[in-house]
Amino acid sequence: MTTFATGDGGEVLVSLQGNPRRRRKEKAIKGLLVGAAAVSILISVGIVLALLFRALNFLSDVELSSLWSGIWRPRQRQFDLVSLVMGSFVVTTIAMLVATPLGLGAAVYLSEYARPRARRTLKPILETLAGIPSVVIGFFALAVINPVVVQGAFGATNTFTMMAAGIGVGILTIPLVASVAEDAMYAVPGALREAAYGIGARRRTVAARVVFPAAISGIVAALILGVSRALGETMVVAIAAGATGNASRTLNPLEPNQTLTAAIASLAIGSDQVKTVGSGLNAFEVLYLLGLILFVSTLLLNLISERFVRRVRRDY
Amino acid sequence: MAAAVPSASRTTVELALRGQRSDVRGRIFAGALLLTLLLSLLVLLVVLGTVINTAWPVLSSRGLGFLNGNLSSFEDRAGVRQGLIGSLVLISFVAVIAVPLGIAAAVYLQEYARDTPLNRILITNIRNLAGVPSIVYGILGVVVFAQTLRSVTGGLSYISGGLTLAVLVMPFMIIITMEALRAVPRGIREAAYGVGATRWEVVRSHVLPYAAPGVFTGAILALARAFGETAPLLLVGAITGYLTPGGSGNVIETLQGRYTALPMIIYNWARQPGEGWRHLTAAAVVALLAVILVVNLVAILLRNRYERKW
Repeated sequence: MTTFATGDGGEVLVSLQGNPRRRRKEKAIKGLLVGAAAVSILISVGIVLALLFRALNFLSDVELSSLWSGIWRPRQRQFDLVSLVMGSFVVTTIAMLVATPLGLGAAVYLSEYARPRARRTLKPILETLAGIPSVVIGFFALAVINPVVVQGAFGATNTFTMMAAGIGVGILTIPLVASVAEDAMYAVPGALREAAYGIGARRRTVAARVVFPAAISGIVAALILGVSRALGETMVVAIAAGATGNASRTLNPLEPNQTLTAAIASLAIGSDQVKTVGSGLNAFEVLYLLGLILFVSTLLLNLISERFVRRVRRDY
Repeated sequence: MAAAVPSASRTTVELALRGQRSDVRGRIFAGALLLTLLLSLLVLLVVLGTVINTAWPVLSSRGLGFLNGNLSSFEDRAGVRQGLIGSLVLISFVAVIAVPLGIAAAVYLQEYARDTPLNRILITNIRNLAGVPSIVYGILGVVVFAQTLRSVTGGLSYISGGLTLAVLVMPFMIIITMEALRAVPRGIREAAYGVGATRWEVVRSHVLPYAAPGVFTGAILALARAFGETAPLLLVGAITGYLTPGGSGNVIETLQGRYTALPMIIYNWARQPGEGWRHLTAAAVVALLAVILVVNLVAILLRNRYERKW
């Protein structure tokens, strides 16, 4: 750079070619940055390989009929996957029943109604809610939601219920649904809104009939991401719904049950006891199969939702 | 304005302009929307309120003694000291590994990478990693760090736990940093290129400084997230029962040894029956939330202040 400043023609040419040391440094740094980005590939490969090998290993040891045995009792080597899938289904459904109206309502309000200043104060509230660790909501679900809401309003008698867990997971899902949906609605061009106002539409009509349909892909994406998040949530269910370690084929939300995630957690905690039972087969190993199922299903959901998000970006 | 004169026609016109009836349904709609948002706020307040209320007996009677106590099966002696220390050690792994790696990867993807299919796969991959349930990272941690790399990490240890959390948080860190970099106006880059800076010089002395508040916020949020993360630690061997206090003076041996973490303690205590444990759990939750909420608040305020600059 200093050569450049002194400035007769020859030196400029040399300086345009670049100082070899500077170029070497540039290359080295680029290499480092590429390496850092490549770590993410390594992580993915690690996850896939770890899950795949261990899950196949387990599948080759286990009698396949025990994956369909009607009840989930890993210590007795009854690995009924249907029970866990039903548990995940119930908890996720309840969570989405909570998160969909609250998340989308908050998103529409923030995007279409709130003035900039209100937006600046209200949005951090959602972000703070997003920052609360799931273990805290799990405790809250067990200590407050279950006795007050589930036992009080629905007459449940159990200490652990899928409904309390589902509501807790729903609370954790609200901020995600709200923020993705709000991004989508915020991205709808102002001209669409103004055209509607121009022909005399009211604010509600603009929000519900113009912006909402225009942002529908992003809203669908938000809901799919919400499902994926709810499906993968572990701690709330482990604390509030599945303390026993067993699971059965029930859809009754007032009963305790396990989800795929909570079953992994309880296998991990009780691994010492599980290991001692059974000859040859280590019941603990089933968690790799559960992890694989969980990974594949959330991955599919995330890919689908990414596709929807991309459609929003393409349209506007 | 003489309101009396053509009052009939005036009100007709006003009504016609405003719509025949005042827009009751619109008001109700707006109110309902606001209510959904306020309900989320209410949940937050109720969580904080009940937790503090439940924790009060422990906090008021034991105060600092609770923060100083070790893990114990006696309610009146159990404390969170080991959990706090464990969590701080774990997130320092995140700070040392995930934050710099995440920033570097984001710089590559945002500033260097062209729009090639390979790079697009890389970005999609990172987005998907951010959506993988945290317990799956726990499985990765067990298989790769605790078992395959056992000789280095010492099995179920601080190192395995810290690396697992670092891996879990890295995609999140990359995404946040990319957003911060994207927000830096093009003109700043072009001005630097214009005076002959190389790509790295542009990034180093122009883009990164301008993006620093955003990146810093991202790093704080990433650390807060790691601080509260529990599920992967269940698998990577955080201890819930009794952990010998102290340990050897050797740093490496300590890092290769067993550990516990604050959210793990909460998980374990939450499952104990009895009122006493409930109060204790709530007190531990207060300790956890105090750290996380303060840190989040700082991050959000910092970002709001920075956002106004552009």
